[in-house]
Amino acid sequence: MTFPVLSVIVFTPLVAALIILMIPAQRKTEVRGVALAAATFALLLSLWVYIQYLTQHLTGYQFVEKYDWLPMLGISLHFGVDGISAPLVLLTGVVMFTGVLISWGDNNPHVMAGIQDRPREFFAFLFILASGVFGVFASLDLFMLFFFYEIAVFPMYLLIVIWGWIQTREYAAMKLTLYLFIGSVVALVGALAMYWVAGQNTGIYTFDMLQLEKAGFSASFQNLWFLPVFFGFAVLGGIWPFHNWSPDGHVAAPTAVSMFHAGVLMKLGAFAALRVGIMLLPEGAKHWSWVIMLCAGVAVVYGAFIAFVQTDLKYMIGFSSVSHMGLVMLGLSTLDKNGLTGAGVQMFSHGVMTALFFAVTGMIYDRSHTRQIPELGGMNKVMPFAAIGFIIGGLVSMGMPGFSGFIAEFPIFLGVWQSQWLVAVIASISIIITAAYIMMNIRKVFFGKMPEKLEGHMTDVTVLDKVAITTLCVLMIGIGIFPSVMVPMVQTGVQHILTLLGGA
Amino acid sequence: MFTSTAFLSILPETLILILGVILLVVEPFWKVKDPASGGDEQRRNAGWLTAGGLLAVLVVSILVGRPGDPTSTFGGSIRFDWLGFFFKMLFVFGAGITALLLMDHEKVGRRGEAYVLLLASTIGMCLMASAADLVMLYLAIETTSIPLYVLAGFMLTDERSTEAGFKYLLFGAMVSAIMLYGFSLLYGFTGTTNLYALADAFKAGQLAAPVLFGLIILVVVGLGFKVSVVPFHFWAPDVYEGAPTPISGFLSTASKAAGFAVIARLFLVVFHGVTVDWATVFAILSAVTMTVGNLLALPQKNLKRMLAYSSIAHAGYAMIGIVAVSKLGIASVVFYLLAYIVTNLAAFGIVMTVGRVTGSDEYDAYRGLSRRSPWLALVMLAAFLSLAGMPPFGGFIAKVLVFAAGIQANYIWLVIIGILNSIVGLYYYLNVLKYVYLFRMEKEDEEAHPIAVTRPYVIALVVLVLGIILLGTVFAPWFGFSNAAAMNLF
Repeated sequence: MTFPVLSVIVFTPLVAALIILMIPAQRKTEVRGVALAAATFALLLSLWVYIQYLTQHLTGYQFVEKYDWLPMLGISLHFGVDGISAPLVLLTGVVMFTGVLISWGDNNPHVMAGIQDRPREFFAFLFILASGVFGVFASLDLFMLFFFYEIAVFPMYLLIVIWGWIQTREYAAMKLTLYLFIGSVVALVGALAMYWVAGQNTGIYTFDMLQLEKAGFSASFQNLWFLPVFFGFAVLGGIWPFHNWSPDGHVAAPTAVSMFHAGVLMKLGAFAALRVGIMLLPEGAKHWSWVIMLCAGVAVVYGAFIAFVQTDLKYMIGFSSVSHMGLVMLGLSTLDKNGLTGAGVQMFSHGVMTALFFAVTGMIYDRSHTRQIPELGGMNKVMPFAAIGFIIGGLVSMGMPGFSGFIAEFPIFLGVWQSQWLVAVIASISIIITAAYIMMNIRKVFFGKMPEKLEGHMTDVTVLDKVAITTLCVLMIGIGIFPSVMVPMVQTGVQHILTLLGGA
Repeated sequence: MFTSTAFLSILPETLILILGVILLVVEPFWKVKDPASGGDEQRRNAGWLTAGGLLAVLVVSILVGRPGDPTSTFGGSIRFDWLGFFFKMLFVFGAGITALLLMDHEKVGRRGEAYVLLLASTIGMCLMASAADLVMLYLAIETTSIPLYVLAGFMLTDERSTEAGFKYLLFGAMVSAIMLYGFSLLYGFTGTTNLYALADAFKAGQLAAPVLFGLIILVVVGLGFKVSVVPFHFWAPDVYEGAPTPISGFLSTASKAAGFAVIARLFLVVFHGVTVDWATVFAILSAVTMTVGNLLALPQKNLKRMLAYSSIAHAGYAMIGIVAVSKLGIASVVFYLLAYIVTNLAAFGIVMTVGRVTGSDEYDAYRGLSRRSPWLALVMLAAFLSLAGMPPFGGFIAKVLVFAAGIQANYIWLVIIGILNSIVGLYYYLNVLKYVYLFRMEKEDEEAHPIAVTRPYVIALVVLVLGIILLGTVFAPWFGFSNAAAMNLF
């Protein structure tokens, strides 16, 4: 029997969370140590899976494990990754690792950095969330996908409401949780309908997505259920007009949770929308692709414009996430090779980039106690390392060649151009706006003169912060310079989707 | 006629009766003459005996009392099958946990009578689950209810408790008279009281639809009261709030499940295939119950009242499975009740534990609980998220199963109402958790006020939380049992 690497990845954070809860509350250093060890372990395993998939030129679902869970209803614990989910598993590992590093905190309660209040509960909830995220990316069973999806959603409430920004946390946490819960249960109804109809069609009642792909749903069924299922999940992907929870949630969340939220959770929505919506209901996807393209197109441009006028650094990043996730959705809506590949890479690229943005913002906020852009300035003098990280993230965000953003966005626009050139033209406005607000804010925050009241209060970032920034930057530049480490792999996953969509 | 099968068919009831008699005999010897000098341990003995005895009943019944093929015993008044057996084990479990929770309730738990009444009520519930005859059924329902009237009003010096007991008695007596009227009409039209003979009679010749409809409504009133569906729910919030907390827990779980056991047997055996579309009646009841229960739970500021309204809403969710009239439907109801009993007992267990120390059930008493007692807060988190239907807890699987059954039976509108309601539910459950995790006590000195959790509560809460998590993760065996129970009705 081979090593069940995916279940180990999925359950490592969960086990770590239980171990962390067993540690007495006042032993904060031990709590952080266990958290870091578990995160490193999960990162190494997900990296190993990624490298195996890449170097052995694998295609289709790999590292498959299947255990019957409730055979009577056809539920099984079925894990496996393909060219699209393997990068996302790696992304989760990276964000988890860096998230622990920047939440490290200090035993001196007067130092404002990382998580000081109840770190035991913080890491336990964060890791339960991480388990859910890994589970969704690795699940090949529809029931288990929902199971892990919900596990990934509810700790957000606690993480935001307990450790979040005091002014908006109650409102934002409740709004976020209700939005996501509504979305997921709507999608759940669609999934249950699929289960029964597939059972009637084939005689096999199963939640196994590989079986459901072949269930042969009628066109009218697919047209009926595609929108509820797709949008149910896409709410978490921040699709317009259901994006409203997202910037509020980003702003209210503590740094590591913002990283998880924008970096990974939003990908969870897009990924589940792809896997359950487009892959299981391909005819419905073709029928309704114009709706997705419309909503995504609006999200891309509208998100960029709103980000442009923000004065709060986190709101700026939050709306830029809406805009960038709009690009992912735009790629999905093309239903062709270029668009889907771009969407796959963009999920990874944006995840790393936005995690970096939030990490640096958190570092600035911990020291200056403000995120208002006009109240900041000259940060590169005290924290040059963070400034460099933020600039690299900005370049990725703008889609500069040589960085991962370009590798992702170029094929998306290529795909959109082929299907609707007008949408591509309009969406490309966002690139200009993005470049404008990113450069403007980099200038205001990191250069120029430091406001007097911050003078002397600012200190450089810690070594752990630097490790986190470096990890994220290396990934973005690496993919930008060597696209072959990711693009062909995503293409193998896309190939399978194209087969499901028929032809091409 | 007294065969070994007949004996086995009432084994749990017999054992509980023996336990009750033992309790009555030995309890006077444990009475402490001077309460001022008496040690706690001594006075808890009755509680330990009840809880331990019920555990023994559970183990012995599972080891030797399992049913085979469904058989009728005692002249057809008892049905010995998995449906009845499964529910009996649930009631015994619920009563055992309730005994543990009662133990440190100073006004109730230190008196042996409370435990004897609890056991008597449990016997009634067990008979409700297996009764196959209208007379037996009625007797069982009364055996269940009368001790509960007394228990609800057990704190004689407490106005609200007396009010609760009296209110429960008045409502209960009224609806039981209505139900009895329905039963007598059933007998009058068919000439038999046996449920299975009734089913045959209905198959042979249909009654006129209006008559049948009237009959069904009369029966639904009585059973609707037991499971507290809207519009027969008025008693629940007041009674739950006034009654001793562990008794409220027992009322909202075991008593409700017993009502569902009767509904399942009565409607799927007797009224299965009659011309009157009773499933639609239940569908409407279910929709109204969920909505009213959840909406009224929203503005509550008292945790016991909130749980009362939420337990009304949960009756509505569970009813979706009855509406489906399918094997999966009944299996999902059984699973739902299992998950709900474990979860809601945990919720009431926390109310009891915290209420003992703070002397209040208002939300404000829960401020800073996660700092005062992190483990208790985690238990509360698990219980409330399970009530809200979040994985990896039992409530999630239960909800998905009833929704799946509803969709299979093409009641999509009902499932959508259920889903909207579960969102409302999530809101008010999270709202309580906000008090626990976010809000602080007035002087922010929570660490100085830890909440002491005594041993019976530790045992009860640990068992319940493990149950919640097991039901939500390793759900295959539990669903297997639920399914076996459901099979007996088809």
